[in-house]
Amino acid sequence: MKVLVPVKEVATVDDEFEIDGTAIDERYLGADLNEWDDYAIEEAVQLEEDGIVDEVVTVTIGDEDTEQTIRQALAKGADRAIRVWDDALEGVDLLDVGAKVAILEAVVAAEAPDLVLTGVQSGDDSFGATGVALAEAVGYQWGAVVNQLDLENGAETASVHRELEGGIEELTEIDLPAVLTIQTGINEPRYASLRGIRMAQRKELEHQTLDDLGVDASTVAGDLRLTEMYEPESQSDTTVYEGSAEDTAAQLADLLREKGVAQ
Amino acid sequence: MSDVLAVAEHRQGELRDVSREVVTAGSELADETGGDLHVAVISGDVETFADALSLEGVDTIHTVAHGEEFNHDVYTQAITQLADELAPGYVLAPNSVNGLDYAPAVATRLGVPLVTDTVDLATDGETLVATREMYGGKVETTTEVDGDQVVATIRGAEWAPTEAAGDATIEAFDAEIDEDAIGSTVTGFEEVAGGDVDISEADVLVSVGRGIDEEDNLDLVRELAEALDATLSSSRPIVDAGWLPANRQVGQSGKVVTPDVYIAIGISGAVQHVAGMKGSDTIVAINTDPNAPIMDIADYAIHDDLFDVVPALIEQFS
Repeated sequence: MKVLVPVKEVATVDDEFEIDGTAIDERYLGADLNEWDDYAIEEAVQLEEDGIVDEVVTVTIGDEDTEQTIRQALAKGADRAIRVWDDALEGVDLLDVGAKVAILEAVVAAEAPDLVLTGVQSGDDSFGATGVALAEAVGYQWGAVVNQLDLENGAETASVHRELEGGIEELTEIDLPAVLTIQTGINEPRYASLRGIRMAQRKELEHQTLDDLGVDASTVAGDLRLTEMYEPESQSDTTVYEGSAEDTAAQLADLLREKGVAQ
Repeated sequence: MSDVLAVAEHRQGELRDVSREVVTAGSELADETGGDLHVAVISGDVETFADALSLEGVDTIHTVAHGEEFNHDVYTQAITQLADELAPGYVLAPNSVNGLDYAPAVATRLGVPLVTDTVDLATDGETLVATREMYGGKVETTTEVDGDQVVATIRGAEWAPTEAAGDATIEAFDAEIDEDAIGSTVTGFEEVAGGDVDISEADVLVSVGRGIDEEDNLDLVRELAEALDATLSSSRPIVDAGWLPANRQVGQSGKVVTPDVYIAIGISGAVQHVAGMKGSDTIVAINTDPNAPIMDIADYAIHDDLFDVVPALIEQFS
């Protein structure tokens, strides 16, 4: 059984930042493996360690700089990686769900995985939709927001728990092949070991263009246009305590006593 | 004159609050376009749900009687067929776990754009302008969406639920559900582990988040909770890491809490967390990041390192 794990490098934002047009100024940005995708990789690697899965392949849409993040996924146990990038993707402010799916659909067609595991959402644009849209596009079954996955060797269905709101889980049987979007907490993602990091350098990381995948460059323009970005207005009149930690703690203690706490 | 089709949500026989919210969002959009508001209610006791959904602003309710509980294949087929028949300009769904289990598939099947987790929607009749957040709520964005038809999901609690009764026409929609295309089966529901403490009953909660860095540091917050005679709760990452049991989690997927005082320590305030605690009487946030989303709803805030402030606070009560 082959598992494909679409992973994303997301931008991390400093505590203090400035906005430049429709983006956060690059000076305030870092990069990291998307948190939800980290759990998806771990789930795939555990299935491989359990002898249920034979190969874990990751795919990332990203420029050359994302290779450091892709190596993280390889260091955690993915077997090989595909990076999709193309000049047509340069300068696209917001790669919408339809555009991502057009690219990933071509990768699924080429790889023919039995299972696709990916994060529920990404920490930057937070669409939370790529997995399910991809499943529909490629004709796979799917399950969104999965926080438990049971898969037997050679099974034709996956037993999953989906995490609903309010502390309720839905138990569902899903036919394979399927796309499952993985919720945080499903497992405990491993840190990349030194040995893993060394081995990751030798693993295959293949770059493909839209042409290679047979994807029409016009599809990546998408239907969504980011027109404004700004800091949200505070909805409350927050009283901010100023001063040293001792000063602020004393002011807060006065408030808490006033509210009848610890009396 | 675009019509709007809004999809209601229910679980275990109860209509969920977000159904009335999606009616409000749909009604506002329909006012802007001059079109009609259609509501779809699928599976379960659709007739009872339809009566409850006959709310101000709703023109027609389409019931699809098929199965008891949510199944994304049934929803995808029914909504796609309704969209084909009604040709609405906008299809609105809740940005709930179930909404995200069918809305992307509906958009893909219809071949139309999708915009999710919106907090505001406006249209001039041509272009939909969606307001969304990015980077965990640190920034808000406006996005223009092209297309004669658009699928949009709305974030819970951003639109006030419509309560006023209306006089909608109720019509049974005879969706042709292809049983062979149903590839998933819901076999049951489970509640997450209960445990001995019910955080939703507590008057004072000391809640800890990712800023605590390491499991051993939880002792510091425990000590504060004891000093304040408060109950310890947490945001999602602490439970994900296995540092506290699931019954301590505050948020959309955990418990909704409404204490007199909620002290958020090292919690940035992701929308899923805020959904679970914004009803608290007094919210105190201790966090180094003055731009953390929790600061938007905090009544009192300290922009400082929790490892300096919490020991000083314990000192105040010892």
